[in-house]
Amino acid sequence: MKILIVDDFSTMRRIIKNLLRDLGFSNTDEADDGNTALPMLKSGKYDFLVTDWNMPGMSGFDLLKAVRADENLKTLPVLMVTAEAKRDQIVAAAQAGVNGYVVKPFTAAVLKEKIEKIFERIQ
Amino acid sequence: MALMSNSNKNHRSLDPEVTEQLQRQSAELAESVKAGDFAQAMTVINELSEVRDQSLYREVGRLTRSLHEAIRNFQVDPRSAEQQEALSKMTDASDRLEYVVRMTSQAANRTMDLVEETMPVAHTVRDEASALRDEWQRLRRREMQPSEFRELYGRIDRFFAGLTTDADTIYNNLSEILLAQDFQDLTGQVIQKVTTLVKEVEEQMLSLVVMASHVDQITGTVHQIDETQVSAEQGVGPQIKADEREDVVSGQDDVDDLLSSLGF
Repeated sequence: MKILIVDDFSTMRRIIKNLLRDLGFSNTDEADDGNTALPMLKSGKYDFLVTDWNMPGMSGFDLLKAVRADENLKTLPVLMVTAEAKRDQIVAAAQAGVNGYVVKPFTAAVLKEKIEKIFERIQ
Repeated sequence: MALMSNSNKNHRSLDPEVTEQLQRQSAELAESVKAGDFAQAMTVINELSEVRDQSLYREVGRLTRSLHEAIRNFQVDPRSAEQQEALSKMTDASDRLEYVVRMTSQAANRTMDLVEETMPVAHTVRDEASALRDEWQRLRRREMQPSEFRELYGRIDRFFAGLTTDADTIYNNLSEILLAQDFQDLTGQVIQKVTTLVKEVEEQMLSLVVMASHVDQITGTVHQIDETQVSAEQGVGPQIKADEREDVVSGQDDVDDLLSSLGF
């Protein structure tokens, strides 16, 4: 299981990386926005994407849309972990095909629950 | 921009001197027109517009001075000479906020370094304690050979010795994590200063807006202002007063409810 973590703040990437490791996912890579993440995803081999929304360059929302529009990536599970909390944003993310939505600040338990739920649905 | 509808407000914010001059000159203008002295009337009209320009310039000048003053008074109270020097180089708010980002990032990384260093220590202690407990149970159930017991004897000894060191490491790392939170003091001061500046600028901006609306009123300008619609796709960052807003979720439970209502 290889996971890509996308967030413009290195501290947040590190927190998510640590939480994922505790959940047994130690094979993770990091990117700081959609522009860096997309080529990494396209080069393949990722099973899961955890992304922030608000980032300079390409936002997580645009990254989600790009992933869904890509023939090879369209089924990649995407978990949004973001401070964006407006209802219409969450609806927009759901319509764009997000698999899970976690609002910051979040707890380890919430992250675990959402990831497990996504995997449950996939299997 | 909203036009001022309250005429009392307009009177109050104009200089009494200017008001007086306007009243005097408008009377003079009326008199000149009445007397058919149009040359004089034109002169008065010019004078009137000069009064208008001057009061505008005066207001802009006052505003600029207040703004400059607000920026100049924007100082931080540093604790060491080194910080004094570093801080004195920062003359604007964005530099100061970058300093806050840097300090908080340093503290977060220092804390995470220590956490990542401590977690394996706690893990090792737990694993060894668990293994020893299993061995201990075997001993109690008299399932242990003498050679195995000798091995256990030594292992318990090493465990106790290691436990002291590990507990010290954990304690010291926790106390360093505590110290890493000292950024709050400095960043708190900087943010408070920035907040004060923002408030001052906000007040000055408001007077500028009021002033501009006076200018519009005097000159009879009406602006066509297009409402800018913020798209849902645009990231806006954390919501500060989420509890008071209908269009914002108040937490993860709200998100889950919303998503399940959409069939998630």
